Amino acid sequence: MIDSTAGKNTNKTLKSFNDILPVEEKTRRLNAQLKKRHRKEMRFQMYGVISLLLGFLFLVVFFNSIISKGYTAFQQTFISLDIEFVEDIVDPKGNRDAKEMLRSDYSKLIKDALKKEFPSVKKRKDRKALNKLISSGAVYKLADLVIESPELIGTTQTLWLASDDEIDLLMKGHIDRNLPESERRVKDNSITWVDELVAQDRVVKRFNHTFFNSGDSREPEQAGIMGAIKGSFYVLLVTILLSFPIGLAAAVYLEEFAPKNRITDVIEVNINNLAAVPSIVYGLLGLAVFINFFGLPRSAAVVGGLVLSLRTLPTIIIASRAAIKAVPPSIRSAALGVGASEMQTVYHHVLPAALPGILTGTIIGMAQALGETAPLLMIGMVAFIVDIPQSAMDPATALPVQIYLWADSPERAFVEKTSAAIMVLLAFLTVMNLFAVYLRKRYERRW
Amino acid sequence: MTTTSIFLCLALLGFGFYLLGRWRAMNASVISGKLHSLPSFHGAYVAMCMFVPVLVVIIAWLLYSGNSVDQQLLNAAPIEIQEAGQLDQTKYLYSIITPAVQGLEVSDSALAAQVTNFQELTKRNKLIRFILILLAAVLGGLWGLLKIKPDFRARNQFESGVKYLLMACSLIAILTTIGIVLSVLFESIRFFNKVPLHEFLFGTQWSPQIAIRADQVGSSGAFGVIPLVTGTLLIATLAMLVAAPIGLMAAIYLSEYASSRVRSVAKPMLEILAGIPTVVYGFFAALTVAPFLRNWGDSVGLTISSESALAAGVVMGVMIIPYVSSLSDDAINAVPNSLREGAYGLGSTKSETIKQVIFPAALPGIVSALLLAVSRAIGETMIVVMAAGLAANLTANPFESVTTITVQIVTLLVGDQEFDSPKTLAAFALGLSLFIVTLCLNIIALRVVRKYRERYD
Amino acid sequence: MQDKIEYGKTVGDVFVENPRMSVRGANVYYADKQAIHDVDLDIAKNQVIAMIGPSGCGKSTFLRCLNRMNDTIDICRVSGEFKLDQDNIYSKEIDVVPLRARVGIVFQKPNPFPKSIYDNVAYGPRIHGLAKNKVELDEIVENSLQKAGLFDEVKDRLHESGTGLSGGQQQRLCIARTIAVGPEVILMDEPCSALDPIATAKIENLIDELRENFTIVIVTHSMQQAARVSQRTAYFHMGHLIEVNDTEKVFTNPEHKLTEDYITGRFG
Repeated sequence: MIDSTAGKNTNKTLKSFNDILPVEEKTRRLNAQLKKRHRKEMRFQMYGVISLLLGFLFLVVFFNSIISKGYTAFQQTFISLDIEFVEDIVDPKGNRDAKEMLRSDYSKLIKDALKKEFPSVKKRKDRKALNKLISSGAVYKLADLVIESPELIGTTQTLWLASDDEIDLLMKGHIDRNLPESERRVKDNSITWVDELVAQDRVVKRFNHTFFNSGDSREPEQAGIMGAIKGSFYVLLVTILLSFPIGLAAAVYLEEFAPKNRITDVIEVNINNLAAVPSIVYGLLGLAVFINFFGLPRSAAVVGGLVLSLRTLPTIIIASRAAIKAVPPSIRSAALGVGASEMQTVYHHVLPAALPGILTGTIIGMAQALGETAPLLMIGMVAFIVDIPQSAMDPATALPVQIYLWADSPERAFVEKTSAAIMVLLAFLTVMNLFAVYLRKRYERRW
Repeated sequence: MTTTSIFLCLALLGFGFYLLGRWRAMNASVISGKLHSLPSFHGAYVAMCMFVPVLVVIIAWLLYSGNSVDQQLLNAAPIEIQEAGQLDQTKYLYSIITPAVQGLEVSDSALAAQVTNFQELTKRNKLIRFILILLAAVLGGLWGLLKIKPDFRARNQFESGVKYLLMACSLIAILTTIGIVLSVLFESIRFFNKVPLHEFLFGTQWSPQIAIRADQVGSSGAFGVIPLVTGTLLIATLAMLVAAPIGLMAAIYLSEYASSRVRSVAKPMLEILAGIPTVVYGFFAALTVAPFLRNWGDSVGLTISSESALAAGVVMGVMIIPYVSSLSDDAINAVPNSLREGAYGLGSTKSETIKQVIFPAALPGIVSALLLAVSRAIGETMIVVMAAGLAANLTANPFESVTTITVQIVTLLVGDQEFDSPKTLAAFALGLSLFIVTLCLNIIALRVVRKYRERYD
Repeated sequence: MQDKIEYGKTVGDVFVENPRMSVRGANVYYADKQAIHDVDLDIAKNQVIAMIGPSGCGKSTFLRCLNRMNDTIDICRVSGEFKLDQDNIYSKEIDVVPLRARVGIVFQKPNPFPKSIYDNVAYGPRIHGLAKNKVELDEIVENSLQKAGLFDEVKDRLHESGTGLSGGQQQRLCIARTIAVGPEVILMDEPCSALDPIATAKIENLIDELRENFTIVIVTHSMQQAARVSQRTAYFHMGHLIEVNDTEKVFTNPEHKLTEDYITGRFG
């Protein structure tokens, strides 16, 4: 029975709104505020626009800075010299033994060629400066050349040799010629010589193969990112081999089989927390556990992979769980209904449906791992390593660590290399993320 | 026997047992009728029976072997080594033996004997290991084969085995946490044995460099964490001053104002910001932002250090923007639409609705987003390593150079380390503090988020 | 689906003398889908008009056009003439902010802000700057709560959260919140559908009392409710306004076949 007087006001002296505030007065007060309120509204909206524009501005400045600093690194300056392969220098014993020829003083050949080119340069100090036009790595090129084709001995060849990094910078316009000489790394007479060579068309800029094919070096013009790329490759290989199956298994267990109890709760909170632990702490874990306790080799890519797989595990588990959760229960009921076991239901029906989401999460985790630097510093992957690693057990460095190392180098020419290495890293990351986006778009199913 | 060949052997053996199991199951079914499970499940079960003992043996071996070789070597070592402290012994042994084993020439004949000894020991160990593993595999497999009968529930057994495997994988998350805690805790305890806790917590001087000098006792270096904490907080504060307003306003604009066109441009922009590796941000901070700020300071008459906290803080702030905005976006979107409508229905403008209704309602979510962002800022390493300084200045001036906890961890641990010096151990103590602080922030933040979700679900 | 029905012109008394609101030729589209077809309707002063019809017939959409709540939906387009007294509310000169202070709305689900009861009611007067001082604000709040029949129940806990009230109290709080701005028209979008019968009865009594001072448009899916609270009733069907008449006439002697079918429960 509903009480029909419920809520009825017994107090009949209620004023209407009009008594408190007559319509005219209400309108007046309302309108008095309106302009101010709309101005506030505009201002507030402006803040939002400004925030976004600031983000854009940062990106523009950022990419502009990186690209303008780095694009020149994809080219390298070469100087052509007439090198005479004097037998007395190259192969004094005359037996064409490759091992002995490797030890010969090829820099003498270059010095001689330069002397011939600039006969007027006499002073010892100037000579020294003149010899510095050519990269100190050019000798290896000469050695390789002679050992490969000994018939060159005794002949004079016009060869394109890599210039020194300072000259490279000069040619690329990174050095301001108008500065007073004392503030410039490249001195006046070097500039004169280079200009002379340029006038004779003996200086060119070519695609920089060295940058993509070599390992690290103290000399900027000989430094490359191949070692770092391979190191990163091994690290990521170990990471994905460990973190994908383990992460997937953990996600399947937590989402499909785990009973709802304290332990599962603890695991869940744990995973969320692990995702937010600073990455450097993982580095400490790697140092203490993998290197000091298990005695794995320092600087090896496999340790980096181990550490980064622990680091990416939470990301992968969280993403995989979300993907598995998105598979509607009706699919499970259908499979269970025709007599499949729980395990078969998961493997035949749930996982295939959740796979795109899981893969997307994994790729994003891998992209994060590829950019991760701090934990690798802790486990010694920051050493100066010239050789390109051949396996995951070799000492290696990784692309982001290489960037860190080069950014720390005093040579001006490394700025260019660093920026270029950043571009390469960003390119890899872009490809990975685009692939993830593609997967998501292509296989996204709305149930 | 290398590790790879052992694994290969095991894989082959496993496959063999699988086939055997299947074959036996099929035979059994021919003789006595219907099988409970498919033959392949019997095979899988047998293979599983083989791998479980193998795994046990390997784990046991890993735990035992390292120590045993050390011990046997030590017993054979010269007296003076035996008398040194336990840790020093092993360290000494490895410092001479490892390079020798790797093929460097050995001059000392006593050492040479030890190296041969070591090599023989390792060889023998490897052989024992191989035999043990093989034995475990064969016995396990045979045991599995014996269990095959037509009514044997191979599928159920196999599946529950797999279930345990899955569970083990999910336990790795806990193991990781335990590993982190133990690894930083043990070294920290050793550190606090050398440097008293109160000195670490309340000291205002940080100069660990002194401690590496051999003629000095470890504790004579200054290990006061206060200047590091203030430095970290200064940079984190600067970062939050950039990230909190921009990230929050971006989130508000994107969820409440932006058309879908704007959103389709701005969202990827934020994702790009989030995807840039921190080392790249660090490079940008050190080579573009810091010089820019210094020059700007010069032009207006301010002295801005080239490693100013400002440069690192601002760039770190930019890095955190997408983090703040995506988390606050979630919080704002979780506010039920009915509240928006209620406010609009009363005639409030959008900004009034946002400021007075949506923002208060989303506040717990936003607070937790900010807490997580702070924890990010405190734990961020590369930007500060590259753009902030090394000198521990106790200052609140953003134009000066400060150092942070993470910077010090990196400097202390990169390069040659003396394993037992307080300098190295200090890094772990710093790591422990960092872990505790970020963990607390995360737990609070996650708790707040959870509570908040419950309220609107 | 009967897709080929000639709806024709609305039957009954569409127009009244001296209306508070008048609508002419209203069409509403969601993206490409037309939700309202060419509706004319007058809303009389100090009267309750109920809108009934099967779900999805466009009655809520129509209601939300009356204070431009549909502006918040991106894909929604409205055409036609909607007049409040003399002002066309969709014309460019009309600001939606003061409009909504004149035409308030109460929603289906009670949606008090997560603020105190007092702040909930004071929200409107505050944003519009209606009260000069605290005394005035207190008076408005108390008066509104009293009119909503809630004051006696909450007068001791005005500063506790509005979300802590029961469903029916929450809805009356929302009504008080709407009244506090002093609107001329109150729109109610199925205000009782989330409430139990006792709470519903209270709200219905309240609506009856509010009629003295306000013009009320109520959307309801309950025909009994329409019969109880309204003086006029409009029947919507598939986005068309089929019939408008005095409530008594609609429920006892409907003019249109569709109305009759709906009233007698043949569909709905």
